[in-house]
Amino acid sequence: MKPRFSLATREALWALAFLAIPLVFFLFIRIYPAFQALWLSLFEWNADPAKRHYVGLEHYSRMLTDATLGKALRNTVLYTVIGVPLQLALGLILALLLQSVTRLRDLFRAIYFTPYITPAVAVAWVFSWMLSPNFGIVNEVLGLLGIPAQKFLTSPAQALPTVTAIVVWQNLGFQVVLFLAGLESIPRTYYEAARIDGAGGWATFRHITLPLLNPVMVFSAVIATIGFLQLFTQVVNLNFTDQGGPVGSTLTLALYIYQLAFARFQLGYAAAVTVLLFGLILIITLVQLRILSRRVEY
Amino acid sequence: MKKLLVAALLALGLAQAQQVTITYWQYDFKSKVDTINELIKQFEAANPGIKVVQQTFPYDAYQQKVASAVAAGQGPDVVNLYYGWLPTWVKAGYLQALPDELSKSLDTDFIGMVQAAKVNGKYYGIPTAVRALALFYNKDLFKAAGIKNPPRTWDEFYAAGQKLTVKQGNRYTQIGYGISPDGQDHNVVREILVRQAGGRPYSDDDRKVLYGGPEGLKAFRTYTDWVKKYDIGIPNFFPGNNGYRDGFIAGKIGMIIDGSFAIGTIRDGAKFNWGVTEIPIDRPGARKANFGSFWLHGLSPLATGAKRDAALKFLQFITSADTERMWLERVGELPARKAILKDPKLSTDPIYGPFVVGLSYAKATPFVDEAAQRKVMVDAINRVLLENADPDTSLKQAAAEDQKILDQFWK
Repeated sequence: MKPRFSLATREALWALAFLAIPLVFFLFIRIYPAFQALWLSLFEWNADPAKRHYVGLEHYSRMLTDATLGKALRNTVLYTVIGVPLQLALGLILALLLQSVTRLRDLFRAIYFTPYITPAVAVAWVFSWMLSPNFGIVNEVLGLLGIPAQKFLTSPAQALPTVTAIVVWQNLGFQVVLFLAGLESIPRTYYEAARIDGAGGWATFRHITLPLLNPVMVFSAVIATIGFLQLFTQVVNLNFTDQGGPVGSTLTLALYIYQLAFARFQLGYAAAVTVLLFGLILIITLVQLRILSRRVEY
Repeated sequence: MKKLLVAALLALGLAQAQQVTITYWQYDFKSKVDTINELIKQFEAANPGIKVVQQTFPYDAYQQKVASAVAAGQGPDVVNLYYGWLPTWVKAGYLQALPDELSKSLDTDFIGMVQAAKVNGKYYGIPTAVRALALFYNKDLFKAAGIKNPPRTWDEFYAAGQKLTVKQGNRYTQIGYGISPDGQDHNVVREILVRQAGGRPYSDDDRKVLYGGPEGLKAFRTYTDWVKKYDIGIPNFFPGNNGYRDGFIAGKIGMIIDGSFAIGTIRDGAKFNWGVTEIPIDRPGARKANFGSFWLHGLSPLATGAKRDAALKFLQFITSADTERMWLERVGELPARKAILKDPKLSTDPIYGPFVVGLSYAKATPFVDEAAQRKVMVDAINRVLLENADPDTSLKQAAAEDQKILDQFWK
C-alpha cells in the first residue's frame, strides 16, 4: 500500500505534533492567564467567582493617586537604567579579557559563571552580612583604607544602587558567556585583514568587534531589561522583614504586585498593576528592538 | 459468594458516604504541626465519621497558597491566620462568619482582645492561644555592667541601655536595646507608647487614625529619641530576619521587646542567663499598656453542608480548654481563655508571668490591612532614624497614609 503522505509531509506533520505540545502549554498556562489578568483588573476580587463585581476602570484611576506605586515605578526604572548598561559594559569587558586569556581559560569561565547558578536567596543572605555596617567584611576593608563605614542596604539612599550591584554581579556570568559566544563567532580573517591594513586595537574593536556583536548586544539588552523590570527575588531577600525597604527605597513593581495580591488580598488591583508592568515591558522592548537592531554594514 | 461481595461493597459504600474529610491548613512551625497532628488523632477517635487532613506551607508562601487555593475551590475547610489579616480575608470572601452559638462563648469565656476577631459585629474565627509583649534582658550583661535590677521605668531603661552600649570608633560592638522598627517596635509605638502618653491609636469604631494627635507625637518622639538622644541602639545592628532577636541570642544586645512567641527560640538559643520583665512605664503608678495579638482558626467558604458541621466540631475541639492547656505545654503559647490565664502558677512563673500580667491590660490593634498599616509605621520610624526627617512631620504623614488605608477599606 502506498502511504497517504509523502515522507517530507509526514516529517513535517511529526514536527508539528511535537511543536503543538509546547504551544498548548504556552497558550493555556502562559498566554491565557495573562489575558485573564486584563479581565480581572476590571473586577473587585472575591474568592467566590460569582461575587466578583465589575468596577470598570476604578483600579486604573486608583493608580493615579497611589504614591507607593509611583515609588515602585520610579525604582523599577532606576534599576533598569543603572543595571542594564552596567551589566552589558562589565560583561563585555570581562568577555574581552577572558578571550585573551589562554591558560586556565575554562577555570576562569567557571569562576565567573558560579554566581549565576547560586540561588538568589543564598546570595542575598551572604551579602546582607558582608555589607553589614557593624560586622561586615566590606566595611572592615573600607575602614582599613580610611573610608568611613557605609550603610549600604540599610540606607534609603544607598540601598537601590547596592541591590543593583548585587544583581549585576549575579547576572554577570551569564552575560559573559553570551558575549564570549558572540566573540567566537566573529571570523578571525576580519581581524587579520585589519591588522594588515594597519588598524590598531581600538579601531578593530570599534569597527569590527562592536558591529559584529550587535545581534548579541540586542538580545542581551532586551533580556537584561526584562529581567530588571521584573526584579523580585533579590529585593525580597535582601531586606526580608521590611521587603522593598528601607522606606520603600528598593520596592519594585513586581514586589508591589505580590504584596497587593498575596499580603493584602487585593487581587483585582494587583492585576491592574500587572497590566501596567506588562505594557511597560512591551513598549520598552519594542522601542529597544527598533533602535538597537539596525542593519549593520561592514 | 457473589452476593456476599455485593453486600460488602454496599457496606463499604455506605461507610464512605458517612465519612467526611476536612482539611486544616497552617504554616509550617514544628511544635504547632506536631501538636495539631496529635489533636487530630484524639479528635478522630472521638468522632469516627470525620477524617481531618493537616496541610502546612512555609510561612512566606502561606497567604499566597490560601489566596489561590480557596479561589480554585481546592483549599482548606479550617484555616489558621493572623488576626491582623482577618479584615482583608473577610472582605475578599475567604472566611465565613461563625454561628451565633459560638460567638456567645467567645464573648464570655475568652480574653477581651478576641473582639478583634470580629468584622462588622460578627466573629470569623477562634484562637487557641494569645500573645503579649515583654522586655527580655540579658542577666549576665546586666551584671557585668553593674546594673542590679531590670528596668521598671523608661528612665531606668535608658540608663541601663546606655551602660550596655559599647562602641569601637563609629561601629557598635554591643547595643543596649535591639531597635527593630519592623520587628515589634511599630507595635510598641502604636499600641504601647501612644496609650502610655494618654492617647489612642485609632477611634473606637476603627474609622479614624488618632495617633497623629499630640499624645501620638509625644510617643513617637519618645521612641525615636531612644536612638537619636539616648543612643541605646541602632537599627539593623544584626542583619537578617528578626536580627534584633538573633543579636540578643548572640549576647550582643542587652534588651529587646519581643512577644511570648519568642520564648521558645530564645530558650533554645541563648547560652547565658536571661530574664523577662514587664514593659517599662513613665514612673511608678503610671498608665500601663501592651500589644496583644493572636492567630486564630477560621472557616473557609469551602466548608459547606456536612463538611461545615465537621469543621465546626473540629474548630471547637482545637480551641477547647483542654487543648489550650496542652498547647501551652507543647507550643509554649499562652491560653486564650480567661479561666486558664487566671491560674496563679502561670502569672507567677518567672518567664510567662510578665506576659500573663501584660495580657491583662493588652489591646490588639484593630488593623484592617495589617501588611500595609505596619509598613506605614515602619516607614515613619525609618524616615526619622535613617533619613533624619522631623519626627512630627513623619508621623503626620504616616497618620494620613494610614487614614487612606482605612478609608479604602471601609469604602
